[in-house]
Amino acid sequence: MPEITREDVAHLARLAHIDMTGEELDRMTGELSVIVDSIKTVSEVAGDDVPATSHPIPLSNVYRDDVIGETLTNEEALSGAPDNAAGRFKVPAILDEE
Amino acid sequence: MTDLTRLSAAQLAEKLSSREVSAVEAVQAHLDRIGEVDPAINAFLHVNTDEALRVASEVDKERSIGDAMHPLAGVPIAVKDLIVTKGQPTTAGSKILEGWHSPYDATVVRRLRDARMPILGKTNLDEFAMGSSTEHSAYGPTRNPWDLDRIPGGSGGGSAAAVAAFEAPLALGTDTGGSIRQPGAVTGTVGVKPTYGGVSRYGAIAMASSLDQIGPVTRTVLDAALLHEVIGGHDPHDSTSLTDPVGALVEAARNADVKGMRIGVIKELQGEGYQDGVQARFNEALDLLRQAGANVVEVSCPNFKYALGAYYLIMPSEASSNLAKYDGVRFGMRVVPDGAPTIERVMGATRAAGFGDEVKRRIILGTYALSAGYYDAYYGSAQKVRTLIQRDFDAAFTQADVLISPTAPTTAFKLGEKLDDPLAMYLNDVATIPANMAGVPGISVPGGLADGLPVGVQFLAPARQDARLYRAGAALESLLEDTWGGPLLAQAPEIAGVK
Repeated sequence: MPEITREDVAHLARLAHIDMTGEELDRMTGELSVIVDSIKTVSEVAGDDVPATSHPIPLSNVYRDDVIGETLTNEEALSGAPDNAAGRFKVPAILDEE
Repeated sequence: MTDLTRLSAAQLAEKLSSREVSAVEAVQAHLDRIGEVDPAINAFLHVNTDEALRVASEVDKERSIGDAMHPLAGVPIAVKDLIVTKGQPTTAGSKILEGWHSPYDATVVRRLRDARMPILGKTNLDEFAMGSSTEHSAYGPTRNPWDLDRIPGGSGGGSAAAVAAFEAPLALGTDTGGSIRQPGAVTGTVGVKPTYGGVSRYGAIAMASSLDQIGPVTRTVLDAALLHEVIGGHDPHDSTSLTDPVGALVEAARNADVKGMRIGVIKELQGEGYQDGVQARFNEALDLLRQAGANVVEVSCPNFKYALGAYYLIMPSEASSNLAKYDGVRFGMRVVPDGAPTIERVMGATRAAGFGDEVKRRIILGTYALSAGYYDAYYGSAQKVRTLIQRDFDAAFTQADVLISPTAPTTAFKLGEKLDDPLAMYLNDVATIPANMAGVPGISVPGGLADGLPVGVQFLAPARQDARLYRAGAALESLLEDTWGGPLLAQAPEIAGVK
């Protein structure tokens, strides 16, 4: 496995939408390298013939009857939002001006 | 008059139904105890005084006119602050949810309300349940009632400490890699992780959805069974909820007997890395079980050594995805940087300010494990290891009815001791993680003391066979209490600074 660089961590932080200071990036790079190094053997354990398990006790076709049940009111759904207007979540601009 | 906080839930329930004690008296006794010791313990993030007393007084009224009541009606309970409750704040131990109130109740909370159990409050935890010491809570660590300089385990250290300090007879926890069982072990309490899907996860704030499970935190095995029967069973709100009936768990706890039971000692979960005192108490427990007629055999689970590594790929991957919802739009904190920032910059600033270090670490690790080019090598490989662990369990359960191991490799360590070493912290869960990977149920019961600190013994059973845990756990509890002359917690020191 390739080494994790500071640039990698900066990229991951951008993907995860977490602003990080230079000091945080330095520290996280070191910590992540140690953690990844200790768990990399996982990728060498199982052969191609072993199927993946995503859920420990798989169930399939879990559907309920198509009838309206209990739902939150509009007011309840907005009750924890930092900002709202006209019954909707209100957010800052999605696009830059330019 | 008896100190009501010292009674088990089963004992308290009896006194309530015979009307020897009122629910208001029971709740008030626990609120008083919280007022007395919680400044030192910090088990509670929120104390729900008014509502708990109101529910208790309703219970007393209904009981006095002869209404049929649930056997636990009036028995108070604490709830881990990862589980959402209407009318009380839910923080998940994070700044990002400070002040947030859920508009709905978790299914388990609704079931507590249906049983008329007063909720004493919300208990402390590592932020979003990420940690093994409660030190990653944004609201300060919880302290171990056995030694205030030591951790109460995590992530559910608040629930375990509340029960161990007699602030509540019962509590709810959540267990993703050991967050119910490891705190149970280091505080001398009982913790159960039910079969995956056996208890609804609806309203449990998700960390790793394929691993998370809600379960009981108590002082006795019988109490855990009583609580498990209240919260367990199918819930249409959780698509991973099993349709099986919850099973006769209380009956199993009352029929504590290991005669003829095949108990498999997991070769890989003992010896090197396990503290001497932990191993010694474990060996003594095995001797007692043998003397009581159990057939103790050794089983090997060779792939368990990869469980921790695979867990630290699967859990952060799922967590990084689950925690994407904390974006400053629908709930919780919003941080707006100077200027006219776009939503993207608001998200980056909000998540930087709202999440603590461990949460950031796991989100970044999960983002890495899921990113293009690494997905197959990391997340995909870890899921295959998960299959191998399940196969190890399947093979072991052909030789044994239940498996046994120490719950945690060490007793409670000192606050701050492992805070700067994430890897050392992760190793606390080495014996509890395999159960989450395979979805099988597990229980931790007190196994005695090593250097004055509690040690836990863990039983594991096949999926859907939770009753076996209660049967074996209650048997070991009774054998050990005979040797101690009473419950282990009777040996706990008075909490320093409290008369």
